[in-house]
Order: sequence, then C-alpha cells, then structure tokens
Amino acid sequence: MLNIKKIFRNKATKSNHDEFDLSRFKNTERFLNEIGGLSRFTSIFFRELFRPPYEYKEFLKQSYNIGLSTLPLIGITGFIMGLVLTLQSRPVMTEFGAESWLPGMVSVSIIREIGPVITALICAGKIGSGIGAELGSMRVTEQIDAMEVSGTNPMKYLVVTRVIASTIMIPILVLYSDAVSLLGSYIAVNMHGFISLPLFINQAFDSLHYFDLVPATIKTFFFGFAIGIIGCYKGYFSGNGTEGVGRAANSAVVISSLAIFIIDLIAVQLSEIFHVFTM
Amino acid sequence: MIEQKENINNNSFNNGEVVIEIGHLKKSFNGNNVLKDINMIVNEGENVVILGKSGIGKSVLIKCIVGLIYPDSGLLKVFGKEVVVMNSRELNILRTRVGFIFQGNALYDSMTVRENLEFPLRRNKTITDPHVIEGLIVDVLENVGLVDAIDKMPSELSGGMKKRIGVARTLILKPEIILYDEPTTGLDPLTSREISNLILKIQNKYKASSIIISHDLNCAKITSNRMLILHEGIMRAEGTFDELKNSNDEWISSYFKID
Ligand SMILES: Nc1ncnc2c1ncn2[C@@H]1O[C@H](COP(=O)(O)OP(=O)(O)OP(=O)(O)O)[C@@H](O)[C@H]1O
Ligand SMILES: [Mg+2]
Repeated sequence: MLNIKKIFRNKATKSNHDEFDLSRFKNTERFLNEIGGLSRFTSIFFRELFRPPYEYKEFLKQSYNIGLSTLPLIGITGFIMGLVLTLQSRPVMTEFGAESWLPGMVSVSIIREIGPVITALICAGKIGSGIGAELGSMRVTEQIDAMEVSGTNPMKYLVVTRVIASTIMIPILVLYSDAVSLLGSYIAVNMHGFISLPLFINQAFDSLHYFDLVPATIKTFFFGFAIGIIGCYKGYFSGNGTEGVGRAANSAVVISSLAIFIIDLIAVQLSEIFHVFTM
Repeated sequence: MIEQKENINNNSFNNGEVVIEIGHLKKSFNGNNVLKDINMIVNEGENVVILGKSGIGKSVLIKCIVGLIYPDSGLLKVFGKEVVVMNSRELNILRTRVGFIFQGNALYDSMTVRENLEFPLRRNKTITDPHVIEGLIVDVLENVGLVDAIDKMPSELSGGMKKRIGVARTLILKPEIILYDEPTTGLDPLTSREISNLILKIQNKYKASSIIISHDLNCAKITSNRMLILHEGIMRAEGTFDELKNSNDEWISSYFKID
C-alpha cells in the first residue's frame, strides 16, 4: 500500500517536472521565433533598402525628429556625466599625485565607453519606444494596411526611412554627447583651481589614440541600427489593441538595450583583436 | 433559396460583366474556421450589401479581395484574374482599381487631410503637376462636402467627417470597385443617411461597383441593389432588401426586425 502511494507520488512529481520542462521549451521556442522573425525582417529591410523609389522626404523628416527630439536630453545627461565622472575620480587621482592625468583619464573613458553606451541607452528609451509605439498604433488602427492598399510599400516608407535615420543620427548624437561631457569635465576640473581650455583639450586628447576613436565610432552605427530595426520590428508586428501597442513599445526598449550591451561586448572583443594584430 | 436566386436573374445588373467572383473560399485562423465556403459574385455597377453578426468574418472576406489576407483555398477572381497568384506589381495595379474604406477609417494621423489625400496619388507617377493634384483634392473634397477641412489634422475631425475623408481618400483614384467596411457604424441616424446617400451618389457618378458591409438597415435599404447574409462561414441568404425583409424564413426576416 505504502509502496503504491510512493509510486504515485513519484509519478505526480515526475509529471510536474514534465510540465515545467515543457514551459521552459515554450520560452526557448518563443525566443528562437523572435530571433528568426527579426532576422527575416532585417533581410527584407536590406532588400527594400536598395530598391527604388527612395523616400528622401520621409527620411529627412525622421532624421530631424530623431535628432531634435533627443538633443536636449542627450545634452543634459552628457554634461552631468562628464561633470560627475571628473568629480568622482578627482580624489583618487589626487591621492596618487596624478591630478594632471585627470582630463586624459576622463576623456578616454567617456569617448571609448561611457559616452556611446549611455547615449545609446537613452536613445533606446526615447527613440526605440517612440518608433515601437508609433508603428504599433499604425498597425492597430490599420494605417499600415491602408498604405499597402494604396500601393505604397510600408516597409519602405515606414521602416527603411526610420532605420536609416536612427543609424545615421545616433553616431552624431554620441559625438555631441562626448563633446558636452568633456565640457562638463572641464568645468569640474576648474572647480578646484584653474586650467585653461586649450591646455585641458591638449591633455584630454593626448591620451586618446586612433584606436580609441575608430571602434568607438563604428559601434555607434550598430547601436543606431539595432535601435531602429528592433523598434520597427516590434511596432510593425505589434499585437492587437492598446495593450499590443504598449507591449511593442516596452519590448522595443528592453530588447534594444540588451542588444546594445551585446554589440558593445562584441565590439570590445573585436577591437582588442584588431589592436593586437596591428601593434 | 432557389426561389430567391431566380429573382436575381431578373436583376438589371446581370447583363453586365462580373467584376468579383468568389467560389468555395475558405479561411481559418489557428483552427478557427472563419470562412468555410463562400460563394458570391458582384456585377459591374452593382451595390452589394453584406449583413452579418459581429465577428462573423465580414472584414476578413473583403480583405481577401484586396490581398491583405490570403485565403486558404478557393476561387477569388477580381476583374477576371486570380488574386492569390498575383505578384506584387500585379497586386499594386489591382489595388489602384479597387478602393478600400476601413472600418476604423485608418486615416494617417500624422498627416493633414490634404496630405492624406495626396498620399494615394504618390503611386500614380503620371500626375506630378501640383495644380492638377490640388484640383483633384478640392474636387474630391467637394464630393464629400468637406472642402473646409483641407488643412485640418484627423484628430480635429468628428467621426462622421473622418468617415467622409476616408471615402474621399479612396475616391481620389477613381476606383472601379469600392469596398466599404461598415461605413455608417457609430454615426447618428442623420449622418448615417448622409453617408448612405453619398454611397449612392458615388455609384451613379463614378459607375463603381461596391461591396458594403453594414449592420445598418437604413443604409442597406438606401444603397443596396442586392443583399447577402453571412452566417457561420457561408452566405446563408441572398436577395433584394424587400425580398429578404418579407421572407417567409423566420431566421432571415429576424435580421430586419426593429424592436
Ligand atoms: N489577423 C487575424 N488573425 C487571427 N484572427 C483573426 C484575424 N483577423 C480576424 N480574425 C478573426 O476572424 C474573425 C472574424 O473577424 P472579422 O474582423 O472579419 O469580423 P467582422 O465580421 O468584420 O466583425 P465586426 O462586425 O465586429 O467588424 C474573428 O473571430 C477574429 O478574431
Ligand atoms: Mg469588421
């Protein structure tokens, strides 16, 4: 009797296990589906990219929107970033008697890593969610279908223009953010004694190499592309109703933020290898 | 049913060409059989009204006609050509000849009324002169009685005005077939009647054939030359408004009861 009960209990726990495994599979399946869908979407994007007609006007409008809407935000965060980073690093540098290296250290960390990544993350929040919500609500209110039946390819008109605009605008925003950060850093350095702007710039750029600038700039194009394509993908295939729009905007931000870190990781590895080979 | 079909043979549109031909059309979504066996035709110049309960698949049916949704199987010919096998170029040509008015208007809400109306003209590369385009826009807005709204945003328009702009956006390319998805739903009786009269006016002026999906009996009465009732995936009944209304079949006439 006892044995049978035991067997049954075992069976029950076993089936519980099975269910648990099954749900795990479902998540994996959903993840793989998502990757597959995104890859297909990207390949359609590249096919439409080179096929005329080109939507110059819409592209300019989107670039203007993306650039202008984030400019103040990027400016403020960049300025604070430079200021805070300098103020925080100052005591340690002073302790080691390396105060004159402060501009160099700050500029390297901002230009190589913090500037691009923080700016891209802010853009993922602002631009990625904007694109996701806009295309999502166009999908839900059948505006994308309406474009299709009026003979305009929505992939070309809506997606290609937005992805290209964010691919081009985000590197520009990063450069702007880097510049404002250095300005913030200059002000922070000047809070404790005077250093002239030319000298600051000299010190800051002395520590920078060609190898700091090029990979840092190249990766920002990939950041921009990831933000654009993920926002568009999520919006374009958003589910029904207002809930679908919200979910599209939300997952656009989450996935593109994750993508930014992954791209950053790959970029750092690649530039390391590149660096070793050219030494 | 057979008796009703005979009546249709007396229909004055029967001598004209058949512009839409649908046979044994099936469509299901994840095991949900929405359309099971649809058979219908639309003759040239004819207004066909489709009645049916909410969620029965009326929108799905007319989306199949313009290639927004692909049916699982069956015949679907528009202007004598099978829609399912068309390539994107052929589909675009078809879509210049078939206008679609969406249930929720689907006006582009980031554009003004003028830009909304210009948008479908973009594909028509032969018209580039701004004066001609402006003339077309004003002309079509006059037809729907909304010239004043030309520089407004869709969010500034009332429901009925949006419907009419949606109609104008379709009319601007002078389509030969117009598909109306619930043109009067959600409007007051007076505005509904205006829209219904507009549909009638369009039929006469543009010589267009139409499929009109509606729950609105007044609209159906004004606009229809022939009516169909869609139920559980098939066309359950067919006939003119009066025939169906006075039908002996309790089930059919129940659609026409006003409490
Ligand atoms: N893209 C889709 N994916 C999955 N199911 C769908 C899709 N489009 C429609 N359906 C389903 O098909 C059925 C019919 O929908 P449809 O929109 O055609 O209804 P309708 O007859 O137009 O109703 P209403 O009068 O409310 O507009 C619904 O059950 C709906 O859930
Ligand atoms: Mg519908």
